[in-house]
Amino acid sequence: MNEKVLTRYFDIPHLYNIDVYLEKGGYEAVRKALKLKPEEIIEEVKKANLRGRGGAGFPAGLKWSFVPKVDKPKYLCVNADEGEPGTFKDRFIMSHNPHLLIEGIIITCYAVDIHLAFIYIRGEYEKIARRLESAIEEAKRKGFLGSDILGSGFNLEVVVHRGAGAYICGEETALLESLEGKRGHPRLKPPFPASVGLFQMPTVINNVETIANVPLIILNGADWFLNLGKPKDGGTRLFSVSGMVERPGVFELPVGTPLRKIIYEYAGGIKNGRKLKGVIPGGMSAPILLPEEIDVPMDCESVFNKGSMLGSAAIIVIDESVPIIEVLRKVTKFYSHESCGQCTPCRIGTSWINKIVERIASGKGGKGDIEEIERLALQIKGRTLCPLGDAAAMPILAIVNKYRHELEAMLPQ
Amino acid sequence: MSAQLFEIIKKEIEAIIPRYPKKEAALLPALHVVQRKLGFIPPEGERLVAQLLEIKPVRVREVVTFYTMFTRKPLGKYLLQVCSNLSCSLAGGELILEYLKTKLGIKVGETTPDGRFTLLTVECLGACDQAPCLMVNDDLYGQLNKDKIDDLINKLD
Repeated sequence: MNEKVLTRYFDIPHLYNIDVYLEKGGYEAVRKALKLKPEEIIEEVKKANLRGRGGAGFPAGLKWSFVPKVDKPKYLCVNADEGEPGTFKDRFIMSHNPHLLIEGIIITCYAVDIHLAFIYIRGEYEKIARRLESAIEEAKRKGFLGSDILGSGFNLEVVVHRGAGAYICGEETALLESLEGKRGHPRLKPPFPASVGLFQMPTVINNVETIANVPLIILNGADWFLNLGKPKDGGTRLFSVSGMVERPGVFELPVGTPLRKIIYEYAGGIKNGRKLKGVIPGGMSAPILLPEEIDVPMDCESVFNKGSMLGSAAIIVIDESVPIIEVLRKVTKFYSHESCGQCTPCRIGTSWINKIVERIASGKGGKGDIEEIERLALQIKGRTLCPLGDAAAMPILAIVNKYRHELEAMLPQ
Repeated sequence: MSAQLFEIIKKEIEAIIPRYPKKEAALLPALHVVQRKLGFIPPEGERLVAQLLEIKPVRVREVVTFYTMFTRKPLGKYLLQVCSNLSCSLAGGELILEYLKTKLGIKVGETTPDGRFTLLTVECLGACDQAPCLMVNDDLYGQLNKDKIDDLINKLD
């Protein structure tokens, strides 16, 4: 099966205009959803096993069902902060089809009884933010947003909120802090955002791609969605493929498509016929896989069982011409730059490791440097408030373990 | 800041505030307004935002200094931000950066003496399929090489 469902109409020019979108059956899912009971929608999404597309892979329907049915304001925050290196699928969705996202937002908010939604979009996506804003205006004019949507009595406003360049704000509680007008410092969990979130109110936070799948589930049913993917992990994924492949890009493929097939068939194989050296399968935070480890179906569970993670499904392909120390330099520089500074192990550990790596790269490494990197990474892992610490430690440990000989060869014997 | 500009900024921020359940949530968008109008965020801009959102100026400073997109120093007319993350580096991003440094005669973090260009590196811009890439102000340019850089710089006045 190689049928595109989420990106089906993305080739059509000006799909971001509401009239073009309506011609293609746009907002039919909203019309259908508003005639259903909210709990029926939650049940359908639960049954579809729609897992979060942002990185953690948490089932969306289950997340929604955690929101208490209390009579106070509740919020939806769409996570459009897309900062995980290697990931560019949400840009793809929002720039081609903003109305699909808006449709998903309407249905999600109706299901969870939310009347104010925010799209937290990374600051660098300024042009896409403007495109979203004009799409929201169009939707309002057609009666899909605002008060008494399509005569259903349901009200909803959507606000586009731009970040300002901080990877950490993609972490859900840092995102909430940032939206409240503060530094993006993650919060201690529990309480989880479903009960205590934005402005201390119950809050749903979902990734762009997750929300964009909701209209498809409503239109076609949970069974259809499950059949596209795996029993515990429904639908398709947008794989962002970059690095040394012939055809980098976003590929919509069924959940569970083998990694080897994505690289060699869809992305055209390794550039210039070179040999593969390693693959990062789920964004920079995902531990690297060796060439002999790429016969893995790309679903959350299978990639986890290989000791890595599907994450944001961003695949970075590295060929034999790249010294592994260069990859390690980029990884460690990134996390030392993006650590928010709140937890000591992460703040100090990431920059300390980066210094050692730079030392090795400049030929001034010493005996025991590799063990020191491992020791520090293990000091970070599991010892921070938010997942950034683990996200830094895991890929570093994987690179050191899997390419130890190459790194050791750089040190004085 | 001229009185006229002050009024324009104030009006824009006042239009944003009602979108949020609490005033201080408008802090990031308000700072974006100041930076877009003035090119950077001077102390008087911080004070104006603090006053409009009814928070202490130190709360504004705290946020300005956390987010890399906010700057307290004036930048060149064109801000060139070259991605230095993995996918861009694999595609030759470091060569692009070196070429720009030589061409403009400045280091990363510096502005050309004529005030036209500021050069910075940036983490992943979410456009790895177009690697290597850079942003010029709000515009993204991808699949760069030396010729494309020459064309790009020539086109900027």
